[in-house]
Amino acid sequence: LDQLLSVGVDGVIYSAWLFTAALGLTLIYGVMKIVNVTHGSFYALGAYAAASLTGAWLARGYPPVLSYAVLLGAALLVTLVVAPLIERGILRFMYAKDEVVILLITYALFLILEDVIKLVWGVNPYFIAEPYALLGSFTVGGLDHPVYNLILVALALVSGLGLAWLLHSTRVGKLLLAVIHDTEVSRAMGINVDRYYLVTFTFGSLLAALAGAFTAPTVSVVPGLGVEIIVLSFAVVVIGGLGSLPGAALGAVIVGMVRSLSVHYLPSVELFVIYFVMALVLAFRPRGLFSLAEPRKI
Amino acid sequence: LKRTGFLLLAIAAFLLVAGLWLPQWAMFIVTIAFAKGLVALGLMLLLRAGLVSFGQALYYCLGAYAAGALGRFLGIGDIYLQMLAGALAAGLVAFILGFLLAKYRGIFFGLLSLALSMILYGLLVKNEALGSTDGFNILPSTLFGVRPASEWVRYAVLASAAVVSLSLAFLVSRYLSTPLGRLAPAIKDNEIRVEYMGASARRAVHVMYVIAAVMAGVGGALAATTVGHIDPDMAFWTTSGEFIFITILAGTGNVAAPFAGALIYEIIHTTAYDLSPNTWQLSLGLALLLIIVFLPEGLWSLFKRHARNT
Repeated sequence: LDQLLSVGVDGVIYSAWLFTAALGLTLIYGVMKIVNVTHGSFYALGAYAAASLTGAWLARGYPPVLSYAVLLGAALLVTLVVAPLIERGILRFMYAKDEVVILLITYALFLILEDVIKLVWGVNPYFIAEPYALLGSFTVGGLDHPVYNLILVALALVSGLGLAWLLHSTRVGKLLLAVIHDTEVSRAMGINVDRYYLVTFTFGSLLAALAGAFTAPTVSVVPGLGVEIIVLSFAVVVIGGLGSLPGAALGAVIVGMVRSLSVHYLPSVELFVIYFVMALVLAFRPRGLFSLAEPRKI
Repeated sequence: LKRTGFLLLAIAAFLLVAGLWLPQWAMFIVTIAFAKGLVALGLMLLLRAGLVSFGQALYYCLGAYAAGALGRFLGIGDIYLQMLAGALAAGLVAFILGFLLAKYRGIFFGLLSLALSMILYGLLVKNEALGSTDGFNILPSTLFGVRPASEWVRYAVLASAAVVSLSLAFLVSRYLSTPLGRLAPAIKDNEIRVEYMGASARRAVHVMYVIAAVMAGVGGALAATTVGHIDPDMAFWTTSGEFIFITILAGTGNVAAPFAGALIYEIIHTTAYDLSPNTWQLSLGLALLLIIVFLPEGLWSLFKRHARNT
């Protein structure tokens, strides 16, 4: 039973982490119909920005308790600079192109950003363990779990519920839903669709950067972070259904639990099962578990 | 069609002769370009139908491991048997998976093929018998049971690669002129009309998918025997991205284009990597972006436009 309990705890934490990382991807696809490979870059950017800013913060002897706010600030700062640049500078000229072609364009941008990150931060790993070690740990089922992981869970809850509230209970969100439903009619009704695209892209990327920033204290920040996370996020989002918010939550829980189970009971299939589930879902419900019947437009 | 045949024959003859003077490292680059060009040729077939596979590394890796397994478990190092094994393994898997994938279009085709290649990656990474993340070494190449002298190995592999790849390219160009081959652009333009014509889009895609996989399998086997080492990264999604890059770079204009694209890619890769290892991806990304925006038909379209003007 103890092991089952820690499977559950690990699963929840891993799911929360995946959810935060993948949420922006599903939002951007839902609104803009872009399968956004640069999402991985924003994750990496967030991690690097957080690592260097928090490192500088702690090196000056400022109170480590506030380093959590620095993590947040780092993600905000880096996204607000880079995301609008990419959307306004490049992506907005591409919206007329085919979905697959835009996917390739974001892939090209991903390659570029990978190297930009290396140019800015170098190739040596960064470590910032203080925010992680600061909180100590709690014990469940005989195994120690860092309290920091609860912050990841909280982050997932806040960003998920926050986004749902934004979408369904605010004027901006309702207008955004109209854009999702029919871009052309929304435009005709006087909604500034371009501005919504810009905001969506920035906000979605911010979620990725946040995930990266809050993951930074738990890992060593090295080149290639984005490469790993982007396929995982694809798996999560595809399982739930591209562009669906509850879908991303379900996908994250499925992937998180499946991985946690396999890590504890059958470590040799850890990576395999995630993509196996993804392929299985695509095979039987290509539009994901949470998909609605899609009206055909001619 | 005749012109394509002559072009391919000319390239093969030129390489067989010029190969005698090429330095070892150049032979290596050209051979790898053939291996990757084969994969790109398969992707080009799919691209003509508007399908982008984000998981062609699946068959590349499968071909490489099939070739490697021949050496590891049966002690066979013959290049031709390796390529045959790669082709068979990839073709068989593609035939089975094709029943599923032939139904998918657009983004979903890409994502499902991505998932499938990551499954293979996940399996190989944890497989002790196949060397898990480190992979394993390939036996030295032999031809029909004869092991060439060490200074001739590269040339022998290059010659085999050139002959096999260009023959396959010729077969593909024949295939493109059959009714089934001509369906591909039609599927891209309007699939419903294809069905109304009485043709089966699904069958056409299935056939293309298997052909593409067989070529990726041969390419993987070639790469394995050229490099002498294989590892699971050959199935990782970044490898598939590389192949897509080559295909977009080359365009769908001609069956020789993917090989030219692969050669350019390998040259960029080698030189840019030497000059500044931290910015070569940046140059690749920029090139990809510029080509998608300004040359959507790939580099090959430059020749065409030129031909029309003169």
